[in-house]
Amino acid sequence: MAAEARDAPAIRLTDVAAGYRGSAGDRSVLDGVDLEVRGGELVAVLGANGSGKTTLLRLLAGVLAPSRGTVELYGRPLGAWTRGELARSVAVLPQSMELPDGFRVSEVVALGRIPHGRRWFGADIEDARAVADALRDAGAEDLAHRPVGELSGGERQRVLVALALAQEPQLLLLDEPTLHLDLAHQIALVRLLERLRRSRRVTVVAVLHDLNLAAVFADRALLVHDARVVPAGRDDLAIDPLLARRAFGVAIEEALTADGRVVLTPAVTRPMNEPPAS
Amino acid sequence: MSATQVARPLLLGPTLGRTSLVLVSGLGLLAAVSLAAVAFGTTGVGPGDAAAIIGHRLLGVGTVTWPASSETIVWELRLPRVAAGMIVGAGLACAGAVFQALLRNPLADPYIIGTAAGASLGAVSALLLPAILPVAVGAWLGIGLVQLLAFAGGLGAVVVVFGVARGHAGTPVIALLLAGYAVSSLLAACVALMMFLSGDRLGAVVSWLLGSLGGASWTRLALAAPLIVGSFGILLLRWRKLNALLLGEQQAAHLGVDLEREKRLLTALAALATSAGVAISGTIGFVGLVVPHLLRLAFGPDHRLLLPAAMVYGAALLVLADLGARLAGGIPVGVVTALIGAPFFLWLLRRSLVVHGR
Repeated sequence: MAAEARDAPAIRLTDVAAGYRGSAGDRSVLDGVDLEVRGGELVAVLGANGSGKTTLLRLLAGVLAPSRGTVELYGRPLGAWTRGELARSVAVLPQSMELPDGFRVSEVVALGRIPHGRRWFGADIEDARAVADALRDAGAEDLAHRPVGELSGGERQRVLVALALAQEPQLLLLDEPTLHLDLAHQIALVRLLERLRRSRRVTVVAVLHDLNLAAVFADRALLVHDARVVPAGRDDLAIDPLLARRAFGVAIEEALTADGRVVLTPAVTRPMNEPPAS
Repeated sequence: MSATQVARPLLLGPTLGRTSLVLVSGLGLLAAVSLAAVAFGTTGVGPGDAAAIIGHRLLGVGTVTWPASSETIVWELRLPRVAAGMIVGAGLACAGAVFQALLRNPLADPYIIGTAAGASLGAVSALLLPAILPVAVGAWLGIGLVQLLAFAGGLGAVVVVFGVARGHAGTPVIALLLAGYAVSSLLAACVALMMFLSGDRLGAVVSWLLGSLGGASWTRLALAAPLIVGSFGILLLRWRKLNALLLGEQQAAHLGVDLEREKRLLTALAALATSAGVAISGTIGFVGLVVPHLLRLAFGPDHRLLLPAAMVYGAALLVLADLGARLAGGIPVGVVTALIGAPFFLWLLRRSLVVHGR
């Protein structure tokens, strides 16, 4: 990376609009988005289904071009990045990914080295070190020799994180990484991201659905709502319940825990005359 | 945790040693099968004489101890046929592996997006044209019009399929599959209609459609082989892109793969190898479907090993099948590959279901 880019923010979006071409004409999912993320930040992205969270990640990953405005990564507009440079700097953990049958975990993680590949055949020492580091940092060392077909959901997720880390990215984008995980694994994964942010100085942008997880672990939370990206918090609150209520269309209640933390829960009530679902 | 474990080296894909072992074994098998195919037939030459004749012609070593007829049989009849089996088998198996990875469909074979139907229509048209034209063009080119039109038809069908399947947001794999199926059906109907109207030339049409290596000659090979071998060279160098595609298109893009460019390039190369092969041999089924699957089960899905292995083992399999077809009284080799390939594949499928519980 060029020296002048070191002080630039990891991500800068200026008046960005983006969307998809459809049969009913072009549809803007995001419009007028301004956003800055510093290097090494851990940012959570919240928002209702269909609000444009995934579109935001696709913009940042460089697979979707904005219809207006500029996207800059580390001070360089996305258009100036080659595919290879982008793949060596940005890793994406999508909502779902196929893992090819017949591979062992270490072989799948080694696929993350594809953008770095120089040799006409095989892996070099650099690749071996990167894969070993990725497995270690993702807490997947013990899985290295297992066939990928035999992994549980939580193990699979760690392997996917290791695959992303093997790319040695400066920016890590995650789309609902906790989607298929139980509570313990959700917390373990977010802790892992926290650790990576510190040990690897990697910038993390993660779409999360759990407001409390976002409030506790992220440096800040963003809310995608009405085609814009706004801070989810206000004053000393990581997430403003009123704003969240508008974004999700559900009443959000604040509760104070015994140790003085504020937690947010959706206010769910059962209609009076309806029998409980069995 | 790791301090107590015995350090085991991380497997990062097939090593050069393992790949060499797989390929050298395959080449040994190919050599043995080829020698047998040259030596045996209705007129037995014997492996010793066959090897001596090849050595004499290629390297100029040894003294002539065999009848001249043996030399004609080996050099003019059987060796071109064996070479054609090698090149066609290698091309089909490699193209099958590429299409299975690109389309991420286990049923994909080299013919899936129209090559076979297009080549058939081309070949059948040529067979049914007034006889004067093939002779004239053939004399001029040194090859038959059948081969030329089969090659053009195979490539033409793929161009049509790709053109139809291309949308403003790229070329979806499912659109390629559906367009390939529809175009193949249309062309097959045309072939069927022409067969119905073909009268006394039906026999020639059917024997082409069933696939045979009997028409192989050095001239035809000299035209087809560079196309097939050339596409091999480029395909082999693209193993990283194909491996990235194993994770799905989305993730391949995140790993720096230009999806549209790879789709065009890989399809073009695989279709080129397939069409050039089909032009020599007619449509031989099952090799391109089964060989990549077998090798993936045996050696894993990594393309840096899978692609060269598909070439070597695909070549050996088709040479062997053709030997079987000749020894069984000259039945079409396409029938042999399906008769043996299909039950074997079913057994394998059954076994993988029982063993892995999937």
